[in-house]
Amino acid sequence: MTESFSFDGTVVTFRSGQTIGAALLASGTRSWRTTRRKGRLRGLFCGIGVCFDCLLTVDGVPDQRACLVEARDGMQVRTQQGVGRAGLAI
Amino acid sequence: MPGSPSDPYDVAVVGAGPAGLAAATTAADHGCATVLLDGAARPGGQYWRRPPGTADAAIDPTTDRFGLGQVLADLLSDLDRVDVRTRHEVWSVQAEPAGFVARALVDGDEVAVRARALVLAPGAHDRQLPFPGWDLPGVVAAGGLQALAKEHRVLPGRRVVVAGTGPFLLPVATSVISHGGTVVAVAEAGDGSGWIRDPAVLMRSTGRIRDAVAHAAVLARHRVPFLRRTAVVEAVGGDAGVTAAVLARLDEAGCPHAGSRRTVDCDVVAAGWGFTPRLDLPLGLGCATRLDRDGSLVVAVNARQETSVPGCFVAGEAAGVGGAELAVVEGRLAGLAATIRLGNAPSDPPPFRLLRRRRTLRRFAALMHAAHPVPPGWPAWLDGRTTMCRCEEVSVADVDEVVTDLGATDPRTVKLLTRCGMGWCQGRICGEPLARLVAARTSTSYDPMAMATRPVAAPLTLGALATGPS
Repeated sequence: MTESFSFDGTVVTFRSGQTIGAALLASGTRSWRTTRRKGRLRGLFCGIGVCFDCLLTVDGVPDQRACLVEARDGMQVRTQQGVGRAGLAI
Repeated sequence: MPGSPSDPYDVAVVGAGPAGLAAATTAADHGCATVLLDGAARPGGQYWRRPPGTADAAIDPTTDRFGLGQVLADLLSDLDRVDVRTRHEVWSVQAEPAGFVARALVDGDEVAVRARALVLAPGAHDRQLPFPGWDLPGVVAAGGLQALAKEHRVLPGRRVVVAGTGPFLLPVATSVISHGGTVVAVAEAGDGSGWIRDPAVLMRSTGRIRDAVAHAAVLARHRVPFLRRTAVVEAVGGDAGVTAAVLARLDEAGCPHAGSRRTVDCDVVAAGWGFTPRLDLPLGLGCATRLDRDGSLVVAVNARQETSVPGCFVAGEAAGVGGAELAVVEGRLAGLAATIRLGNAPSDPPPFRLLRRRRTLRRFAALMHAAHPVPPGWPAWLDGRTTMCRCEEVSVADVDEVVTDLGATDPRTVKLLTRCGMGWCQGRICGEPLARLVAARTSTSYDPMAMATRPVAAPLTLGALATGPS
């Protein structure tokens, strides 16, 4: 059975144990965040949890490192725009 | 409960890469109650990444040309006496009257682990030098590409330029090929001549040489251009990411030759300029440091791998970048020394065999650093719009403004005035290059320490901080 998560509404399949970042790259997606000052696109850079460039929102929790978080079936993954505070009014 | 204030472990080892595995198994073999903490899902560190579900002892033979796969298999099979705690991301270590406490985050909650002696083996990440366009999607760290390939069998694109300096570029390039990608070129800033300065140490490093030759043979078979004294001086692209890289020949000082620029099509630039040790934890503890030959700030250790903080040992890249085999040797020495300190082994001198191997491998590392320096002229390929700090989006022009107009002459002042290094990564990526750039622009001495201290080594929520350890 193929496992998948939702990425901004589209279905992304993954192999068990893959990180969200690896699955997104395998699906041809290269960026999933915009920077908060200039709105520039970012994706995976250091790949090992050091640079925090690959942040995205997972099941409503912002600022998750795509290169570290393992994909799970049914996850709701969203691109992260700017500050990444999700629904927090701060 | 083991690790609690009333029942501390004998030895806590932080980091389950080559050094940490060696330290933990050595301490446990000598009867120490040992805990091994690591943020990843499985032990192995960056070097021994492997696909999920792979039997721990099964190492891809194509990535193991100097016998370290067997070393890993032996270390992993020896772990049954160690309390292995994976998915424990340590954010702080502190000294206490009776020893040390390591504070780890497990699914966002804090767990405190206490031990009488501490071995830190935090490893390293790719050193980066900014260049125009390095913040485009598709520009990745060489080690990031290797992690994706080794663990997830995924490449970040199809046509890859591998760039920077050092022997690590070779396995990264062959990884691209073995995972179905095309290496457009390998741009190596060094010229290779530095390697012949110490023939004696090369004779004793046949495994490393065999490894390099095997990788070079793969590149030759696939007709990959290996360009010496060449750097990627610009990544070109737009919203879709990188579409091309600009290569330039470097002169003696490492400045790009005017007129040598040429553009090659690619969708990935994988860049690495050696490695930056991860010093957050040892610096937080107050360990004394020194500047290594490659410009890295590293922890100063004595012959037993002990730091200036009694009872705290450091092994592997954080004591000087030298590769996995050196990390294993240092880890064994650190584990042994911690054991002796706790009185669990007689206070004999360390085994001569380990000391001799460490000496040889450190000489090899010194040779490697001399042969693959950061080219001093690298700021010549920057322009004002080049991003210096990826997190806070600080440009080179912003840095130059506070240097020329406001008279900043040290990286810390530049950081405070521009926010360069104050973002999510806390200067892990831009800190060292900023220190290099400020030294070059102001003719002051290079001071990476100013950008290296980080009291919080991993992101934690205020909630976890308020709740405290479970």
